[in-house]
Amino acid sequence: MTGSGQTGLKAKHQRLVLVVIALVAIIGAGLLAAYALRNEVNYFYLPNQMAANPPEVGQAVRLGGMVQEGSLETLQDGITVAFVVTDQENAVVNVRYSGILPDLFVEGSGVVADGRLGADGVFVADELLAKHDENYVPRELQELEQHKAAETLAATESY
Amino acid sequence: MAAELGLAALWLAAALSVLQLIGGALAQRDTNSDLAKLVRPAAVMQGLLAGFAFLVLLYLFAVTDLSVKLVAANSHSDKPMIFKLAGAWGNHEGSMLLWITVMALAGGLIGFVERRLPEQTMQATLAAQAFVGLGFYAFLLLSSNPFERLPEPAMEGMGLNPLLQDIGLAFHPPTLYFGYVGLSVAFSFAVGALLTRQVNPDFARAMRPWVLGAWIFLTLGITAGSYWAYYELGWGGWWFWDPVENASLMPWLAATALLHSVSVLAARDALRTWTIMLGVVAFSMSMLGTFLVRSGILTSVHAFAADPERGTFILGLLILYIGGALLLFGLRASSISEGDRFSVTSREGALVFNNVMLSAILGIVLLGTLYPLLTEAFDVRVSVGPPYFNPVGAVFTIPMLMVMAVGPLLRWRQDSFTRVKWPIIISAVVMVAVLALVVILGSYSILADLGLAVAVALGIGSFMPLRGRNLLRVPIATWGMVVAHFGIAVALFGMASESAFSEEKLAAISVGESTQVGPWQVTLDAVEPVAGPNWTAIQANLGASYDGGTSIELTPQSRNFWAPPQETTESVLATRWNGQLYAVVGNEAGDGRWQLRLWWKPFVTLIWYGGILVALGGLLALIGRVKTDLKRRYVVKRAGDRRAEAAS
Repeated sequence: MTGSGQTGLKAKHQRLVLVVIALVAIIGAGLLAAYALRNEVNYFYLPNQMAANPPEVGQAVRLGGMVQEGSLETLQDGITVAFVVTDQENAVVNVRYSGILPDLFVEGSGVVADGRLGADGVFVADELLAKHDENYVPRELQELEQHKAAETLAATESY
Repeated sequence: MAAELGLAALWLAAALSVLQLIGGALAQRDTNSDLAKLVRPAAVMQGLLAGFAFLVLLYLFAVTDLSVKLVAANSHSDKPMIFKLAGAWGNHEGSMLLWITVMALAGGLIGFVERRLPEQTMQATLAAQAFVGLGFYAFLLLSSNPFERLPEPAMEGMGLNPLLQDIGLAFHPPTLYFGYVGLSVAFSFAVGALLTRQVNPDFARAMRPWVLGAWIFLTLGITAGSYWAYYELGWGGWWFWDPVENASLMPWLAATALLHSVSVLAARDALRTWTIMLGVVAFSMSMLGTFLVRSGILTSVHAFAADPERGTFILGLLILYIGGALLLFGLRASSISEGDRFSVTSREGALVFNNVMLSAILGIVLLGTLYPLLTEAFDVRVSVGPPYFNPVGAVFTIPMLMVMAVGPLLRWRQDSFTRVKWPIIISAVVMVAVLALVVILGSYSILADLGLAVAVALGIGSFMPLRGRNLLRVPIATWGMVVAHFGIAVALFGMASESAFSEEKLAAISVGESTQVGPWQVTLDAVEPVAGPNWTAIQANLGASYDGGTSIELTPQSRNFWAPPQETTESVLATRWNGQLYAVVGNEAGDGRWQLRLWWKPFVTLIWYGGILVALGGLLALIGRVKTDLKRRYVVKRAGDRRAEAAS
């Protein structure tokens, strides 16, 4: 075999190495992503789902529902608030949150809380997402809002 | 009258793009036919008309013409002028008009200036640009007409979402759109090259400035968007892995990969099909991002103007263009001959590694962003956040950054690691030393520790390509690379530092009391009501002193806008060279105490300074490339002139 033939073979070999590295990296990325997605996602719970089938204590999850009218109170330390989240099935979850309430956080309106269920059954929120503006409702809450609107309509019509 | 002029200009522009498409398609048979000769002028005219339509929209917002539906829905006569203008693109219709305008202007510009490539390739490219543009014209004119009139003029406008009434946000969407849509040029070039099978270094050199330009705008847009989210949302974070943020990150990752592979193609005539593929993928990511943002299909903290019907339209366009381009790619890729070969240990090898890693990261972000959609099909609702993106992304980002520290030192085609032994050893030693130092100093998260170590090593490594060279003779483009790579190191240092050293304090204090966060002593001096042009607010007057130094005044507010009625939190920042104090005021606790949330974030500003450096590096590279290119063209022209002279 001539010298140039050998380098040709070598070049082909090296190209193969590159392709193999690329494939390994991309398959690795896919597997890693799939594994992480199974373990590192936050599941979304409505209050009735949380009551029926509570997540493990300490596991990061999302809770979404309506803030019950009249349930919001500020605790003694001045920075922690407690409120009750409810849904159309009238299941309730007690929530505690230390921090500044988001701008559009109002009683009777929707909220999504990122956090974990405590051993005492109180949901400790790390972050609250309220309606972002007039036009935007967290997607998880759209059905709830529609349901509530229908309920309000029914209530007013009966007068 | 003005609105009708704008609408007419848009229809004309759309008609011209049909002409451009047909002309470009016929040009594939005969480059010199009359219709083919019309392709370039049609592209230029289309750009001018779309630009005119956008100016008309700006005018309508400037004079607050309330007979126009879009103005009435998004503006208010009380608004400051800058936000009246920003209102033009702070909504669905206006931003889609901006999209099509940028696209038409980019097409017009290539039609006007780009003369390097064979005319047939250019006509195919412009036809592709027109084909993509046509879909968006249809979308705009049929389902999102920005110039629609109201039957009766409104008495007063509804106002702009107060969160959007911010100087940073006024310039964030246009910047991002220049980036997003600028990538359409790379897409059209790729399709044009596939149609005419002309993939070579000339093609890469023609495409490169466009990719660079779009990438600079994307970098700036993402940097600005991150800073906006940081201070406007009042959550103290600078990146949330929100779908909308990911939508801007994905095209950036693809464009970064493209930028590097196009350099390989330009310099060494290798990675031909791969570069074409990236050109298609980059703009596909832009369109996917637009679809995700516009359809409201994903829960996002800033998914405004969600509309499923429009989402379906964009989804249709998405399938048509991405599917079409990939089909063309599948049909033609095998007929593009293999480029030059190279060894694994070479500049090309390092760049291929960079491309593979960037593609892997892109895949990870894409999967994480779409995963909630996938599970929703099975009626399981999930959200994917930092616990997924940070570690999984880091597995690929960290090796990529390590190779980035030494890759630019390697020679093209074939090199050996022994030649660059010392720079590798120095970088590795620096990295291990910093890692040991931070691990001893305190136990922060593994990612923060690694981030700090890699940032310092990369910071030093990024200047190594300059060693032993006359700095005045280093090409501008090389300076660009050095600055951009250093910018990545700076930004990474900021991110890792923010994650490792931030301190947070949540307190409820009465007027006159103070609290401590990191080295800062913060006193609540007073709480008072204040008023602005279209809002009133509760304002906390804080005195903040760093390490016992003189006190500076900070005034975080809780604002109430009245058009539309909405409350917003106005955080304040005290910036020092070594970090930022971040303060937010909350509600009254009920007993005269006020809630304060304070953060001390050491070196957090480096995140955005790093982003600006990266963009600056891109700009230097662009200037360098264009300069070399003009010189090359001049030399070629002179040689041609001389030949002509000699012949006569």
